[in-house]
Formats: sequence, C-alpha cells, structure tokens
Amino acid sequence: MTFRAKHLLGIEHLHPTEITTLLDLADSYAEHNRKGIAHRDVLAGLTQINMFFENSTRTQSSFELAGKRLGADVMNMGMQASSIKKGETLIDTALTLNAMRPDLLVVRHPHSGAVDLLAQKVNCAVLNAGDGKHEHPTQALLDALTIRRAKGRLHRLSIAICGDISHSRVARSNIMLLGKMENRIRLIAPPTLMPSGMADFGCEVFENMEEGLKDVDVVMMLRLQKERMDGGFIPSEREYFHRYGLDAEKLAHAKSDAIVMHPGPMNRGVEIDGTIADDINRSVIQEQVEMGVAVRMAAMDLLAQNLRASRSAQTQMV
Amino acid sequence: MTDLLFTNARLIDPVALTDSIGALHVRDGKIVEKFETTPAIEGATVIDCDGKCLAPGIIDIGVKVSEPGERHKESFSSAGRAAAAGGVTTIVTRPDTIPSIDTPEILEFVERRAQADAPVHVLPMAALTKGREGREMTEIGFLQDAGAVAFSDADRVITDTKVFSRALTYARSLDALVIGHTQDPGLSNGAAVTSGKFASLRGLPGVSPMAERMALDRDIALLEMTGARYHASQITTARALPALERAKRNGLNITAGVSVHHLTLNEMDVADYRTFFKVKPPLRSEEDRLAVVQAVADGLIDIICSMHTPQDEESKRLPYEEAASGAVGLETLLPAALRLYHAEMIDLPRLFRALSLNPARLLQLDAGRLLEGAPADLILFDPDAPFQLDRSKLLSKSKNTPFDGARMQGKVIGTWVSGERIWGNA
Repeated sequence: MTFRAKHLLGIEHLHPTEITTLLDLADSYAEHNRKGIAHRDVLAGLTQINMFFENSTRTQSSFELAGKRLGADVMNMGMQASSIKKGETLIDTALTLNAMRPDLLVVRHPHSGAVDLLAQKVNCAVLNAGDGKHEHPTQALLDALTIRRAKGRLHRLSIAICGDISHSRVARSNIMLLGKMENRIRLIAPPTLMPSGMADFGCEVFENMEEGLKDVDVVMMLRLQKERMDGGFIPSEREYFHRYGLDAEKLAHAKSDAIVMHPGPMNRGVEIDGTIADDINRSVIQEQVEMGVAVRMAAMDLLAQNLRASRSAQTQMV
Repeated sequence: MTDLLFTNARLIDPVALTDSIGALHVRDGKIVEKFETTPAIEGATVIDCDGKCLAPGIIDIGVKVSEPGERHKESFSSAGRAAAAGGVTTIVTRPDTIPSIDTPEILEFVERRAQADAPVHVLPMAALTKGREGREMTEIGFLQDAGAVAFSDADRVITDTKVFSRALTYARSLDALVIGHTQDPGLSNGAAVTSGKFASLRGLPGVSPMAERMALDRDIALLEMTGARYHASQITTARALPALERAKRNGLNITAGVSVHHLTLNEMDVADYRTFFKVKPPLRSEEDRLAVVQAVADGLIDIICSMHTPQDEESKRLPYEEAASGAVGLETLLPAALRLYHAEMIDLPRLFRALSLNPARLLQLDAGRLLEGAPADLILFDPDAPFQLDRSKLLSKSKNTPFDGARMQGKVIGTWVSGERIWGNA
C-alpha cells in the first residue's frame, strides 16, 4: 500500500509516492472516463456527503460526479442556508453528521483549519474541498495530473504561479505539491497580494510579470478573489489587468510550448485575456476540469480502500 | 501577637538582588527582619523551609475574572484559589467584563464579591472610557476613590487620539496609572497570528509585528504631551524595544509588561490550528521571544504577568480565526517563568523583580519585598520539582492553558497572604 492517508486534508502531509500513486490511478480513471467504462462497484454501498459551507458549483459537481461514477450514494448539503445560521457550532454539525454514519465526507469551509478540526471529530474519511486560505488539495492534484499529461513529467519543470497568491488556497497546495515533486516554482504577484515569507518555501518571488514568466514551462493563473478582499489590495481591475493580466505579449516571455492553466472560475479581462483562455494550443483549462473528476475518483477510491481496511481490522479485533 | 519564623530558606530578595540561605521573621502579618542565620525568637511558629525558595508573592497585573457577566468561565472564588495555588498573592483584575467596570457602582460590586470569595488580595482596575468604547472618559476620580488602582480599556485601543490625550491629561492630575494595549488597530484588524512564514503556510490572517511599535510610538508621543503615568501591558516584539528604551531614557513615566506566554512560546506552537495558543497579541517569532526575554533580564521590560484570560471550551473549539483569544495563566505563571531560570536566561532575584517587586512599585504598594514593614505576602516554592501539567487538574474554572501535557519545573509549597497560610499544608 503506497497510499496510507486516512483523510485528504492537504498536500502538506502527503508523501511524494502517495501523490504519484494517486495520480497514476487518476490517469487510468481519466482514460476510462473517456471510453465510458463504468466503475460503479468501487464505492458501492458507501455514502458520500458533500458539505459546502461556502458557495461552489464546479468543485461540488465534480465531487458529486466522481462519487456517482464510482457508485457511491451521494448527498449534497448546502450548509450556508442550514443550521450554521441557527447558531450551531462546526463541531456540533460534525457530530450530527457523524451520527448519520457517512463513509466519505467532502468539506469546504471559509476558515483555514476548519476541515482539520472537523476531521478530528468524525469516523469517516474526510476530503478537504478547500478551507479558507489554507489548502485545496484536489485542485493541486488535478493541476499536477494536467501538467504531467501535457508535459510528460512532473519534475524539473519551471512553473509560474501568478496573481492573487495571498488569498489563494490553490496556490498554497500547488506550491506544496510542485515543491515536493522537485519543480522550480516562480511566484508572480503585486506585493500586496504576495504573502510574506514565500522565499522560505523555496520559491522565487517576482513582482514583474515579464521577468517572472521568462522561460517557464507552465503558467498557472489565479483568480482575483474579490470576495475575500477587505480593503484595497490593488488600485483597479484595469490596472491589474494591464500589469498582471495574462495576454499574448506577456505570455511570449514563457517557453513557446508553455501551457496556460486557471483553476476557474475565470475573470476574463482581469487576470486573463479571453483569447489566451480559449487558445486550444496553449490553454489546458478545459482539461483541468476533466482531470478534476478523475483525480477525485482516485482520491475517494484510495481513501475508501483505507477506510475498509481499517474497519475490517477493527472488526477482527472485536 | 503571632510570630512566624521561616528558617533554612533560600531567600529570593528582588530589592538587594540576592539569593541566599537565611531566615525571615514575620509578626502580625508583616515582615520584621531578614537573618543570615537562625535567630531564637520566643513563641514563634517555626516553618522549616528545607532549603527551598522563599520569595515575595507574585503580583499579577491584568487578570481577567469573568465576574460580572461570565461567572461560568471564572469567579472570584475559583480565580482566588488558582492564584493561591500559583503563588500569586495579589491579582489586579481587568475591567473587560460584561458589563465593563466603568462606574463606581460596578466597582463596588466587584470589590464586595472579591472580598467575600478570594483568599488573595484583589485590586481592581477600571475602564478608562465608558463601556470601553473609546469615546468618553470614565469618572476616574470617583473610581479611584472607590479603589481602582489603574485605568485601562484592556485589549481595546482608544483610536481617537483627542479622547485618549484628554483621558491621559485628566489621569495625570490624579496621578492615576493608565495601562495601554499597544496594537495598531487598523493594521491588526482581523489578524489571528503574526504575519510571516507560518501565517502564510497556515493561510491565517496575520499582523505585522510593526503594529505593536506603531501603537507604542503613538502612546509615547501622547505621554510626552500629557506627562501621564503609563504602563504598556504587553511588549512582545524586538522592534518595539528601542522606542521603549528611548522613552525611559527621556524620563517619561513609562513601564512595560509582557505575558509569560510570549516569553516561553512562539508562533510555531500554534502548529495545526491549536486554538489554546491563540492569545492577544498573537505569539511572535523566536527572534522576538528571545529579544523580549533579554529585555526582562535587563530590566527594560519591568513586569511579567500571566494575562490570565479564561475561555470556555465552546469559545475555543472553533476554527482558529473564529476562536476566542486568551489563555489561563495564574497557576502556570511561576513554572512557565521558571523555564527562563532553568534555561539560565535570568536569575531568580531578577525574575521576582519582574513578578513581584516591579508590579508593587508600579501600584505604589509596600508588597513585593522582603523588607521590614512589608506585608507578609510570601511564597515558598521548589524551583526544581518536575511535573507534567494536566489541565483538568487546574483550579481555574476554565482549562484553556497552552501548557497542557507540558513538562514543567517549579511547585508552590506554600502561599501566605498577610502572614496567613492560604495554600499548602501547614
């Protein structure tokens, strides 16, 4: 067994071999998805609950579809409108949910660390679908799979992550994952959107887009998270686009075969020019969405295997 | 007339800065004399200290007793017992209760409750502005007459400098002590940790350590303007120290404190979102911690306090950003502070200068000394006795200590208040 994790809370605690195991499995799921080969036995009899304390369409549907393709019984709980509004604490919600005996719990929460906290209180496998500004592991894994398929490898690449790094859990998980796989990471952002101490993580830090993009293999754009900003981080969207938006001119500094990625949803004309996003020779944005389902299938498959193994071990002990 | 004679004691004298074996004679709740050898005093009850440390009791400035308002978190009875067990003989209580202690009537309630329930001295602080809202000053004169020993809006900063300067000016005319919280409110708004690598890794909103210096600089300028008597409750960063040193050198009436948590823990202790390590201001980098420890040893920072802040489980078992700030500290103040002694960063007389003598001086009390005429508020402790802290055994009603499970050294054997033993077996 090369994937030992009980939960998928972040990339931080994954070992490189666990990442590779997961990506290999996801790769085969991606192929089977394309061929229409079903695997409804993998999670048959298991219950998956999607608990989203924060709005999401893409990630939630991706997890839902992944669960359904593997035969799980999937339930969506929109937590924004529910008991939280009635004053229930996160831990009480977790205990209530735990009493319903789910097997897989997919959680998104606006606060960093909230999914870790919840995972301590339940007996099922927990998948972090994004916690505050902390981690979004399945996004980093699907990005990794997309890169690996496009570039043929996931090591010794020069990768630029550009934009609102400060508010981005996607950036944190990607920095962690790409660093573990021994890539060269360049971070490009206006200083107001660059968290402090990033050089300590082994990243190169740039304030200038042209310099930062020089000769990179991968350009990863981030969404400007307007909803997380309390106060002015940038003077205006048009100035931001002028200085940090990805257009053909800036992209010309990257390698000629560099791929362009974006976790979505995109703000066209703010962080990325529409023609770049739609350029099928450069943009892998649609492939990222496709890989998202495959990666989530693989993650749930592996966690379910570990869950079943630990449950049968417990039964034997009894 | 009752006489007590502490013999064979390791006397920790923060005035003479000595640490030597001797005896101490106490009569009618007051210290009579210090001896190098054991004198013969007729009729005295002899307490053989067996070579353990005898020091002036700790005076802890800034203790939150959650009365009125949140007695389920801490009461005068539970805080008093916790203080006795921790070697704290005087607690100076914070006014950030519900409601705030901002009128003589509420202050009298607090004093009555304290007198009835707490075995240690309780000296209350009062709010500097009504409702701690930073708009109108409280009745500083009446509150002082009613027993308020200092004025503070606790962890709230008075942002309106006109309001603050008037309050300082008025306080000066009464020689009232003002205690300030030095955190620039704009910069620190919404922050849960100190900014830096750790904050970035955990995705938590951080505040630059510079926010402390900015607020201190502002307050120093206002002191130059008003001449008030001022104490910065917690100075926790290296960058604030030169400003403090300069202000003292320029003869301003300023002192500074630091919580024992900032002296013994750093930002990395938060680890995987452990909310019991969420304090205000947030824990700092190791460099800052070491600089502040040195400042205490040098006497630049005058006072060590526990910043005792009880919180129930419900307010702590939350995602880090939502969790309440603060840690209980009355019972761990001494063993935590002794970590600095065991690390050979400070000696015991200097430690008690910061724990007992300087707070007494600041509050113009006779306590905190082993001198004739001083009240016999004393603690006997074994600085080496090892133990592992179990938070469920704390006497505080709230158990939110960052030291749960920590290996510590230093046990209080006995606590005396005005010559009366309130902790330990006779």
